[in-house]
Amino acid sequence: MMAEPMVKIRSVRKRFGPLEVLKGISLDVLAGGVVCVVGPSGSGKSTLLRCVNRLETLDSGRIWVDGDLIGYREQDEKLHMLRPAELSRQRQDIGMVFQRFHLFPHRTALENVMEGPVTVKRASKAEARQRAAELLERVGLADRAHHYPAQLSGGQQQRVAIARSLAMSPKLMLFDEPTSALDPELVQEVLAVMRDLAGSGMTMMVVTHEMGFAREVGDHLVFIDGGVIVEQGHPREVLADPRHERFRTFLGQVR
Amino acid sequence: MAVSRTGDPTPADRTRAPEARLSGPASRAGGPEAETRAGEPELAIKAVRPPRPGRWLTAGLATLFLVWLAYTIIVNENLHWDVIAAFLLDGRILGGLWVTIQLTVLSMAIGLVLGVLAAVMQLSGNPVLRYASALYTWFFRGTPLLVQLIFWFNIGLVFPTFGVGVPFGGPKLIELQANELITPFTAALLGLAINEGAYMAEIVRAGIRSVDPGQREAAESLGMSHRQVLRRVVLPQAMRVIIPPTGNQFISMLKTTSMVSVIAGAELLTVSQRIYLGNFEVIALLIVASVWYVVLTTLATIGQHYVEKRFERGHHALPARIRRNLRPFARGGA
Repeated sequence: MMAEPMVKIRSVRKRFGPLEVLKGISLDVLAGGVVCVVGPSGSGKSTLLRCVNRLETLDSGRIWVDGDLIGYREQDEKLHMLRPAELSRQRQDIGMVFQRFHLFPHRTALENVMEGPVTVKRASKAEARQRAAELLERVGLADRAHHYPAQLSGGQQQRVAIARSLAMSPKLMLFDEPTSALDPELVQEVLAVMRDLAGSGMTMMVVTHEMGFAREVGDHLVFIDGGVIVEQGHPREVLADPRHERFRTFLGQVR
Repeated sequence: MAVSRTGDPTPADRTRAPEARLSGPASRAGGPEAETRAGEPELAIKAVRPPRPGRWLTAGLATLFLVWLAYTIIVNENLHWDVIAAFLLDGRILGGLWVTIQLTVLSMAIGLVLGVLAAVMQLSGNPVLRYASALYTWFFRGTPLLVQLIFWFNIGLVFPTFGVGVPFGGPKLIELQANELITPFTAALLGLAINEGAYMAEIVRAGIRSVDPGQREAAESLGMSHRQVLRRVVLPQAMRVIIPPTGNQFISMLKTTSMVSVIAGAELLTVSQRIYLGNFEVIALLIVASVWYVVLTTLATIGQHYVEKRFERGHHALPARIRRNLRPFARGGA
């Protein structure tokens, strides 16, 4: 029996004013799978990711995460928009890591990681602190727990951001170009944490330009251009033998 | 030249080290060998500053002017220094001072609450709240404070009674006479606080808008509600932008309370006026009041400094950078 995918994306369309960014995208992410989404800038790959935790609304289409329809409740064949509180509930299970980290600058690394459990899940401070310390240890930043984001390098900030998302024990992690804002020598430390996470069985959707990471860690690679999926398949296969001209050109540019 | 700048030098580096030293700046790498760098002369810098005749000239002129000013003030018999000294700690003056402090603190506190409410309403998705907030700021910034103060004091002319009960002429549960309710103090508080709220709304709104939208997204993706995002993430960061102009408003409010003298508010200026209407020491009492206003604003400025520091949490880099920029002025550079 085939298991229900963790993420089910069906015929998603999204426009910003006159510009249609997503022109009908369907995609499955299996539980424990790592899907890498690549494509030129402006291709809609980040928008797709942001639709999954409803930082963007859809114009049409459906997205389910772990069987839950995102943003709506289907009742008597009618869609009802979710209340803000219900939407927040859905987001708790979906971690998101941003290109520009977006750590809370007024809180230390440890406090950043504690913030979700304490504020959203009403965890006790002591419990949250211990778990945050463990997570910082896991991303290799135990010695930076009491530093403020401004005192950390980009790579360290991004690793704290990953720990902050993990603190909510999500079912799914979304990575929106997690290494694009980093100095080249800091990229690997973040990728190492992500590789470790994938190895632990986390379901991940990763928008990235790191083809090496996609080839090594990804189970599935999706190339998006002009708002549609142009090519997809197992990373090693599609990277070794790209069929579409557009994909070939893109690979030539990022390599 | 291969000189490793960090970590232990490789044997190859070590053999090359003397050569590196000769090349000057490259040997700044330091490390354990820095201390053993015998034979390296210490080139201390004890340079003579270029002369600054302009500075000495302006200093001289300024001193001369100040001495002359002090002299004319001290020898001027119309200033009645003895009267000033006698009234500085007068019971009535101190009473007025206390009212000024109360009015300032209370109206700023209420104004801040009103301002945060109005700003949050202005940025909310609810169009009714948005327009209500816009109407509030429009009206209270659009009319002079002086007019508002006199209006609140005379509100009894429009609404002689205030009560809680069924509207449109139904039975009343509680009823109060406007003339009992509206003392000069409450009228002053109403006028100052509501007017201040309209200005604070703009300051708070600017503060909230200054927070990177990514902060909200990060907080929302953790599953925080709108209220949690505002309270835990947006407002604490907005405070950094809100505090300096709020300190400004506070200092301004200390002196704006003097407007209350038109409705006999019993604050510092009103009591000073009452005294000089009796003893005709107009200038002396105005100086007494001014001394206290300066003392209050000075204390407020010092307080503002500490509050700002408190909200600089996580931005240690910033003050240092600002201090660096200010250094030429602070030291009176070139």
